[in-house]
Amino acid sequence: MTHKSLLTADARIKKRNAAEARFKAYGLGAIIIAMLALSLLLTSVVSTGSSAFKQTYATVSVPLTEAKLDKSGTRDLAVMKKVTTIGYTSLLRDGMVAAVEELGLDTTLSAKDIGGMLSKEAAATVRNRVLANPDIVGTSVMFKLLTNGRIDGYFKGRVTMESAALDGNTSPEELQLAQELADAGVIATTFNWAFLTAPDASDQRPEAAGLGVAILGSLYMMIIVLVLALPIGVAASIYLEEFAPKNRWTDVIEVNISNLAAVPSIVYGILGLAIFINFMEFNQSSPMVGGLVLTLMTLPTIIISTRASLKSVPPSIRDAALGVGASKMQSVFHHVLPLAAPGILTGTIIGLAQALGETAPLLLIGMVAFVREYPAAYTADAGLFGEASTALPVQVFNWTQRADPGFVERASGAIITLLIFLLIMNAIAIFLRRKFERRW
Amino acid sequence: MKDTPMTNAKISAKGVDVHYADTHAIKDVNVEIADKTVTAFIGPSGCGKSTFLRCINRMNDTIDSCRVTGDIRIDGEDIYDAKVDPVQLRAKVGMVFQKPNPFPKSIYDNVAYGPKIHGLARNKAELDEIVEKSLRKAALWNEAKDRLLSPGTGLSGGQQQRLCIARAIATAPEVLLMDEPCSALDPIATAQVEELIDELQKSFCVVIVTHSMQQAARVSQKTAFFHLGSLVEYDDTDKIFTNPEDPRTESYISGRIG
Repeated sequence: MTHKSLLTADARIKKRNAAEARFKAYGLGAIIIAMLALSLLLTSVVSTGSSAFKQTYATVSVPLTEAKLDKSGTRDLAVMKKVTTIGYTSLLRDGMVAAVEELGLDTTLSAKDIGGMLSKEAAATVRNRVLANPDIVGTSVMFKLLTNGRIDGYFKGRVTMESAALDGNTSPEELQLAQELADAGVIATTFNWAFLTAPDASDQRPEAAGLGVAILGSLYMMIIVLVLALPIGVAASIYLEEFAPKNRWTDVIEVNISNLAAVPSIVYGILGLAIFINFMEFNQSSPMVGGLVLTLMTLPTIIISTRASLKSVPPSIRDAALGVGASKMQSVFHHVLPLAAPGILTGTIIGLAQALGETAPLLLIGMVAFVREYPAAYTADAGLFGEASTALPVQVFNWTQRADPGFVERASGAIITLLIFLLIMNAIAIFLRRKFERRW
Repeated sequence: MKDTPMTNAKISAKGVDVHYADTHAIKDVNVEIADKTVTAFIGPSGCGKSTFLRCINRMNDTIDSCRVTGDIRIDGEDIYDAKVDPVQLRAKVGMVFQKPNPFPKSIYDNVAYGPKIHGLARNKAELDEIVEKSLRKAALWNEAKDRLLSPGTGLSGGQQQRLCIARAIATAPEVLLMDEPCSALDPIATAQVEELIDELQKSFCVVIVTHSMQQAARVSQKTAFFHLGSLVEYDDTDKIFTNPEDPRTESYISGRIG
């Protein structure tokens, strides 16, 4: 017998080791590609969207002339309301021009153009303040007002002198003046709380658009999904997994639940439209309908993950409980369910996160509408969660369709907000799992 | 088969058959098990000894495809009668499983669970007493008394199995079924559990399924040999191991089959 050295690898071993090395390289390559894709996504979203969280404001003193705002001098709100935002626009223009003159800035711009540097939303801001407190009429009041989208874009680097020269909505002179005003401290860029609290704004006013209504709508829907899908899903899973006889009917149900989890979400939208809006006559665009549709969509996810976590509880625990004379229900509720709880919670939160990011079914039930009124959780007219609303992902969809480049930034900002909400929910899921997991 | 005086029978089975879907797992088993003795079921794997054991506390009810026919009586009462609630039966017939399976709760809660759900204690003091008594009977008290609130799963394998025995006897059963209780234990833990079984025999009717013939010889007074679903021979342990009547029993104990 020939002696075979252990120090030299034979051809077979070499081949095997090479195959293993190749496989590891493929795996590593896959991870690198995935990480690159993720970082590309995050960088692109963050680089275009982070500026949505900043906003450029002009702080100017506006003369609230009584002759224009309240001719009668009685401070009667009904009369004062007859003055529309158009009436306020000239006052704003005067305020801006005064500010420019006071600083002694030299410009070739007309008074109209100087006034136009403020957002169209600014007049509404001033009007609301005056109507809320009519006593300020007749004085000059300092206001922090939105500048228009182009000026805002200039300070965020989106608009340049070159692009302004080609732009019908602004001009290099305006930007020049804005820069001088900024140097003098009249115009400043600060953190944009209004982006998170303000409602949507019309196509010409990207600078005023916010996520307030969308966040509220998404919150309402998450409440509905949690309150309905969690108990129904867990009860259904417990019944199917622990109590239901194993026969053809339960097989059919099981297959159908798996199929439902794979049904395209837009199908749930059609279902919601037909059943909840046309047949049951819930309000169109309401978080109630959205929540019900998302509940239907989330149920299979919750049922599947709950059943998986119930299944993963070792049968010896059930035997032990039955062996000391616990009833089936006692064995499930005292022993199986607590052990399955971390998995159930994780599944539920992942289902909720999925529902939070869902767009397609909400488009079909009209949540894509332009809504400026904050929806109330309950009103006598519209019922529970019955007032029209939008939702975060739908707002993203909505903004990406608008023409003004200011909305690109808004849409990315909304995506960042959505991602932060998802991150928070996943963090809660991980935290709960760690907390309740018992590794005894 | 030797005639045992019927008056002493705690458990009596007549013509018991068990079917799993289309497998005939137990074929016409007749056996009388006496109180305050240890009865061992031996036989090769798959011979149906565990299945028969699980008939005695109706654990087979939890398996959908399992059908039990025939007559099993405890103290003369048919345990498969429609009026019998298996939950009540299982409080009277405790069970210890092959693999130690304490609940992932504290040692105290493991033992207290049975008495709690059956309402055996009126207050905390009574419950404490039951827990202590059960742990003492299971020879675990000295090791566990200082760590009653620590997890039962943190004990060693042998301690876990004794905890499971304590849990089973805490509901004050009359019969104790043990399904290969030592097969997952090392020799020292096995010796401790066997010693305990000797103790338990004084107060319970113990039925033990075992793969180890030495163990059957050590702990039991009566032995039943199962083969291919049938009860081949049932007699005093000494007789089975020294002078079996059936040639199959002899082959098995001498290591030729199984």
